[in-house]
Amino acid sequence: MATATSASSTPSSPAAPAPARRKRGLPVVRQLRQSVGLQRGMLVAGLVLAAVFLLTAALADVLAPYDFNQLRDADGPFGAQQRPSSEHLLGTTVGGYDVLSRVIYGTRTALLVIVVAVVLSLFAGVLIGLVSGYFGGWVDRVLVVVCDAVYAFPSLLLAIVVAIVLSGGQSSLWGGIMAASISITVIFIPQYFRVIRAETVRIKSEAYVESAKVIGASHWRIMTRHVLRNATRTLPLILTLNASEAILTLAGLGFLGFGIEPTAAAEWGFDLNRALSDVTSGIWWTSVFPGLAIVLVVLGLTLVGESLNDLADPRLRSRRAAESGQTGEVSVVPGGPLGAGPAGLAGIEEVR
Amino acid sequence: MTTTTTTELTGSGPEADAAPAGGRRRRGGGGLGSYLLIRFLLIFPTVFVLVTTVFFLMRSTGDPITAALGGRLPAAELAARVREAGYDRPVVVQYVEYLGQILSGDFGTTLSDRRPVLDVLTTFGTATLELAFYALVVAFVIGIPLGRFAAYARDRWPDAVLRVFAILCYATPVFFAGMLLKLVFSSGLGWLPANGRASTRSEIIIQTSVDNPTGIYLVDAIRTGNGEVVRDVLEHAVLPALALGLLTAGVFLRLVRTNVIGTLGMGYVEAARSRGVGERRLLRKHAYRPALVPIVTVMGLQIALLLGGAVLTETTFEWRGLGFQLSEYLQARDFVAVQGMVVLLAVVVAVTNFVVDVIAALIDPRVRY
Repeated sequence: MATATSASSTPSSPAAPAPARRKRGLPVVRQLRQSVGLQRGMLVAGLVLAAVFLLTAALADVLAPYDFNQLRDADGPFGAQQRPSSEHLLGTTVGGYDVLSRVIYGTRTALLVIVVAVVLSLFAGVLIGLVSGYFGGWVDRVLVVVCDAVYAFPSLLLAIVVAIVLSGGQSSLWGGIMAASISITVIFIPQYFRVIRAETVRIKSEAYVESAKVIGASHWRIMTRHVLRNATRTLPLILTLNASEAILTLAGLGFLGFGIEPTAAAEWGFDLNRALSDVTSGIWWTSVFPGLAIVLVVLGLTLVGESLNDLADPRLRSRRAAESGQTGEVSVVPGGPLGAGPAGLAGIEEVR
Repeated sequence: MTTTTTTELTGSGPEADAAPAGGRRRRGGGGLGSYLLIRFLLIFPTVFVLVTTVFFLMRSTGDPITAALGGRLPAAELAARVREAGYDRPVVVQYVEYLGQILSGDFGTTLSDRRPVLDVLTTFGTATLELAFYALVVAFVIGIPLGRFAAYARDRWPDAVLRVFAILCYATPVFFAGMLLKLVFSSGLGWLPANGRASTRSEIIIQTSVDNPTGIYLVDAIRTGNGEVVRDVLEHAVLPALALGLLTAGVFLRLVRTNVIGTLGMGYVEAARSRGVGERRLLRKHAYRPALVPIVTVMGLQIALLLGGAVLTETTFEWRGLGFQLSEYLQARDFVAVQGMVVLLAVVVAVTNFVVDVIAALIDPRVRY
């Protein structure tokens, strides 16, 4: 059905927003053409960083000189905290692993977590938002209160609670990845919920929805064909931004010791946690490289999301008039425009 | 433009008010009094939702005693302890009992060191408060002027540099920022201390010469009247404040930039421009002030961000505050303590958000239902 295609085509690749509407071509290409000067520079830089991230994750086996959990080679153990050398380009960690290999394999863990977290929260958030906004009533009100409460709470603390619940000792690759992803999902659902709900409330009073009702379309059909189709335009933006937030949350969890065991997968936050004591004794290579990896990936994803956001926001882009005033009102990073767009408050009023 | 921004920004909090009480009033416009009342009442569902969520999440894995001691005690003794603490009863009974405890101000007692959670909060809360305050100062001092400058230099290279800087502030995890700062200024250059809130010597001086210490080291240090202690306390605060403050500074920078650009396009600025008011004066007098109001309204969300960041910053710098304590309890798998602290922080966040919204409503008459 049309739902399946429109919903599943969006999350397929979080780093580069997937084709939301194929008729008009890839959105990123369109925006690339639309952008000028500085904005184009930022978008291109972001896309390059994101592409490098994806390629590294895909080719980790080829690129990495050693395995992420390899402690010794033919010449014997690597040794702990070795300075960068020709054998270990970025040195070795306190646990005796090769830093470069762990940084490279870390992209794979990060990508997996992003994909799982974003897909999960997308499906759950969109579904709840759609149903809640479409049917309204007390369920809707309760859900709004619940989601707002969750939204206002420090997300890392919530992620910790969920991680405790899920990971109770789990340290396998998939166990760890699922624990991290689901913790992140719990934080993200309210965001998707808010955006989709607000859009749904706005769209359901449109004339074409009325007409669909008149000709006797079912609720499900209206929700999927008429509302969802028109409510998803802001999703590619949230996707890129949530992807970067997912990495930061994963790293935060890892730093607090809820990461994935070093023997199961490479995870940057966990490596930084291990490197904390190195810092005091002036050993820089164990912390700087995994940290830089986080910064560069988040930077790349945020630059892409940012540029898409700016290109869609009439306040930030002088061309094209305010025809689509709502498009840009997506929380970019904490502190950007918040809420679920202008339809947020107005949307609730319409319910009454 | 600012109008829409303001309502949207506050929309995040009060939007929760789908509660029946708010409905009729909003339509009628409502006064400040009814807004404050509704906003106050909203604290309760928010806290209730979080308490419930956290309780059932934590219980879904089993009881905290097994989590903390499982494998370390013989099964029979473990079962006896579980029964003694009442964790073998139905979850719903435990839940109702827990709600009752919270209403009476009892947030539980930690398993590992048998302290009331409320006591942990009052002991370590001041340290977190102090850190958050420093971080906010850093954020204001760095974020607001730079944001204004970025708006002024819009689409020219300083703007580009500042925008990338703002994104970098967001993209750098606070603990990595902290580790970099430590590498450079502490173990590299040796200018500033790496860990803790003060040197042991200063702590002893504070403890011996100040009666009823506030727990806020800067205040206590000033009360000792010893210049060296004050300096020592401040030196310890620089790196953590920078690490945590830069995160928020990036947010402020972007916010001020966007809003100043927004107000620069407003009719009254245009009118002033046509009267011949200079660009600099326009920026300073006309566009800047109204652009600051939304900062107050996002402060509420910043509190949540700061608290989350504080957990990581305090762990990085061994700053003995709530976050540091929380991660200690996490390491010890003391989930009674974790649950108690998370719930207590939920109350703190809800109340701070309320206060921030009240301030925003007092400043900006458009913030009403």
